Amino acid sequence: MTAAPTPGALRLAEHRFFVGAPSGLADRLEPLAVERSYAFGDTLVREGDIADRFVLIYEGKVALEIVLPDRPSVTIQTLGGGDVLGWSWLVPPPEWWLDARAVKRTRTLELPAGPLRAALDAHPDDGYAFLLRLLPVVAQRLDHTRLQLMDLHGR
Amino acid sequence: MAARSLPPAAEEMPSPWAPVPFRVAQRTAETSDTVTLVLTPARDAPEFPFAPGQFNMLYAFGVGEAAISISGDPAAPGSLVHTVRTAGKVSGALAAAGPGTIVGVRGPYGSAWPLAAAEGKDVVLVAGGLGLPPLRPALYTMLADRGKFGRIEVIYGARTPKDLVFYRQVQEWRARTDLRFQTTVDAADRSWYGDVGLVTARVPDLRVDPANTVAFLCGPEVMLKFTVQALVAKGMTEDQVYVSLERNMKCAIGLCGHCQLGPEFVCRDGPVFRYSDVRRYLTVREL
Ligand SMILES: Cc1cc2nc3c(=O)[nH]c(=O)nc-3n(C[C@H](O)[C@H](O)[C@H](O)COP(=O)(O)OP(=O)(O)OC[C@H]3O[C@@H](n4cnc5c(N)ncnc54)[C@H](O)[C@@H]3O)c2cc1C
Ligand code: FES
Repeated sequence: MTAAPTPGALRLAEHRFFVGAPSGLADRLEPLAVERSYAFGDTLVREGDIADRFVLIYEGKVALEIVLPDRPSVTIQTLGGGDVLGWSWLVPPPEWWLDARAVKRTRTLELPAGPLRAALDAHPDDGYAFLLRLLPVVAQRLDHTRLQLMDLHGR
Repeated sequence: MAARSLPPAAEEMPSPWAPVPFRVAQRTAETSDTVTLVLTPARDAPEFPFAPGQFNMLYAFGVGEAAISISGDPAAPGSLVHTVRTAGKVSGALAAAGPGTIVGVRGPYGSAWPLAAAEGKDVVLVAGGLGLPPLRPALYTMLADRGKFGRIEVIYGARTPKDLVFYRQVQEWRARTDLRFQTTVDAADRSWYGDVGLVTARVPDLRVDPANTVAFLCGPEVMLKFTVQALVAKGMTEDQVYVSLERNMKCAIGLCGHCQLGPEFVCRDGPVFRYSDVRRYLTVREL
């Protein structure tokens, strides 16, 4: 993983997560954002590590993998441009519960959990607006997990 | 009294029950339980025209008959292409039929994907598992006349990478610039670099104009239901969506009632239906 050569080239306001958000929310969080790029095979987050950031993916592909001790790891979902990774930083204990690995060159903006939490706590309107955008992401993942359990391809 | 001979026209008319013999010319393994068969007429026979979405009753001699969709190119009616997954006795016998085996064919039967209604519009095809074979004739037809359609988007999902059919052809389609063909699997190991996730998860990212789009869906009914929900969330209406349904069949010509779905006979009125016309029969709770 490398810090990007041109920090700031990506803008929070342009990410799908912030589309339609109250004006200024993305701009107020922009100073916290760190641009990163990952090469094929790089690990973004590792299961058990502290969930220390909120990741917005702009381009590329990230595989979410569950690592099992007695068999090969299983990819349960891939994320791409416009997707976000992680609400684990909001849920105690703040730990990643899976691995995320770049399977294509991937560019992200990342908001460190501590300062992000402090910014949202300091401006509850922003905090509420942020959670309103995060909740549908969580709900959608939950729906997909349910459908996966139902086995869409079963008769 | 001597039997009166029938007028010549009626004599030449094949009985709707009599299977026409075809020979397996080619058998290609698609997955561990699925094969594609290319059939050619065993006797001199006229070509076999069909419309995308239609099916035939294939007869494995001595075993029985099964409804199988036609998965080949309607522009090449000289041979018949079918993709068969082993589900039981009949499909198992068909899937095991090697080159030279004689198979009986009745058909083509049923309704077709409404390609004329799709002209001038964006078209979304969503296939789950063995839902791709019945959609392939529609894709062949649209690509042969590409200018008639707006954007064409295909989402093809399977349980694992090993369950994907037409693998090489799918790679070719994915490389085309006049078509966006997305493949996704429900779960995979690290050797798979493609997308992982349900077909429904790819719907929000479709680059189509929802008001001017038609969607053709084929796959297990649970997949159809949730894909329609996702398309509606995207801004489409249920009457813009067509689905291909499967019911157990016997006669395939609207006589026996085996395939009944509400007032509809899937063999005659389907298998392709407008979703808004059949949704109430698909949401009936099990008693
Ligand atoms: C319009 C239509 C198009 C079809 N197209 C294809 C195709 O392109 N390729 C293909 O492999 N199969 C297709 N099928 C399904 C195929 O007809 C059945 O798998 C086959 O008839 C099963 O017969 P069998 O004797 O092998 O299995 P059986 O011993 O009769 O059944 C084995 C299992 O399959 C289930 N089953 C049987 N028939 C159906 C059915 N119609 N739908 C869902 N489950 C069923 C049974 O409940 C049982 O669990 C289609 C069905 C229809 C109605
Ligand atoms: S299969 Fe006999 S009516 Fe449809």
